[in-house]
Amino acid sequence: MSGLKQDPALRDPDAVYAALAEALDRCEGEEATAFLARLSLILANQLGDDEAVLAAIARAAEGAG
Amino acid sequence: VLHEHELVGATPDAEGVTVTVDSPDGRRDVRCGWLVSCEGVRSNTRRALGLEFSGRVFRDRFLICDVKIDEDRPAERRFWFDPPFHDGQTALMHVQADGVCRIDLQLGWEADAEAEARPESARRRIARMLGHDRFSFEWISAYVFQCRTLERFVHGRVIFAGDSAHQVSPFGARGGNGGVQDADNLAWKLARVVKGTAPAALLESYDSERHGAAIANIGHSSRATDFMTPKSAASRLLRDAVLDLAREAPFARAMVNSGRLSTPAHYDASPLNTADREAWATVAPRPGSAAVDAPVRAGGRPGFLTEQLRGGFTLLADGEASGWGGGVAEPVKMLRLGRDLEDSEGLLRARYDLQPGSVLLFRPDQHLAMRARSFDPAGIEAAVRRCLMLEPEAVAA
Repeated sequence: MSGLKQDPALRDPDAVYAALAEALDRCEGEEATAFLARLSLILANQLGDDEAVLAAIARAAEGAG
Repeated sequence: VLHEHELVGATPDAEGVTVTVDSPDGRRDVRCGWLVSCEGVRSNTRRALGLEFSGRVFRDRFLICDVKIDEDRPAERRFWFDPPFHDGQTALMHVQADGVCRIDLQLGWEADAEAEARPESARRRIARMLGHDRFSFEWISAYVFQCRTLERFVHGRVIFAGDSAHQVSPFGARGGNGGVQDADNLAWKLARVVKGTAPAALLESYDSERHGAAIANIGHSSRATDFMTPKSAASRLLRDAVLDLAREAPFARAMVNSGRLSTPAHYDASPLNTADREAWATVAPRPGSAAVDAPVRAGGRPGFLTEQLRGGFTLLADGEASGWGGGVAEPVKMLRLGRDLEDSEGLLRARYDLQPGSVLLFRPDQHLAMRARSFDPAGIEAAVRRCLMLEPEAVAA
């Protein structure tokens, strides 16, 4: 799986999950997809690592099957 | 202890509380200096005072039962999200004593709780889960998650503790632990106020410390509940993505939340804490933290640190710490590492980041009040006085 981090790297994963869930709960209908698209782009740029971003895209697409 | 008595009224005034009780001999008044309500979630005292118990009711219903099963099961807690035997819902099962299993099944908000809790319908669900019907019921009920708290736990001479003061959903052993921690926190403060060795203002710190702990407990409990019952289709997608990735990725497994086990609150903002003046390892217990235990030898016998932190304030000194009478405002028990106590496995010094000369002051409820890198009798006395809320202007010096 292409060098992606597998182990927890966040200090407080529960808090991050809760913040994501709350943001999604505030979205209505299609807004959730738009929110996730914006978030993907912001996180990709923040990561600043093309290879890691491409590997993450591949990994996420795999799970959709 | 008065059995068969029910509190029907409570009228506090400046000197105490007049409690009205119904008993087999009729109604009568009982007078007390202080009233601590530990009556559980349906507190009559709370109702008598007309206090609001506000919070959140989660729109979901659960079937809960204790089942005696005719088979050996490993002592583990199992949690299912969307299992084949219980469509789209969660299921929880853990082994208790005497061959009894606690089973908890999510039913959804639309479920008819009364019908679900009938033995014949519960039996159908449990048989589908176990794959057989070699079991009998010990207890069946249906419930909804609720998280509520009083705005204040101290109302003059009336004090609330446990479920009377706060209610959480049943994940992580938060209800029982929270009640015991309330009692730990309140008992030593109330004892000193009643004896007149500390001002009544000390009870305000029970309110701020334990109300903060209740809010943190409710936060953890709400997060677990929101993971099990996502509030919207969008957050359900997020939850399912976590479960999907959790098959392979440990980082996603760390996000799977079927209830986090209760841990004691850190009273970081407590007015009783004495702020650090030196640097300490970030993982070590800090002022406001509950004591972290460690194996020790005391009097030649193996034991644990917390067994030594009983009966009042305790000063643990890594070194000689001579020239101190042991507390003026109130006696302080002194434990000298290397003399009264052996750090037999080196874990006590490691866990608290102790160095030669370091001292730790523990409150009667085993929370850390103060720590310092060197032994300073005046500083220790000031920290004790701060914990008792005596002469704050002298403490500031």
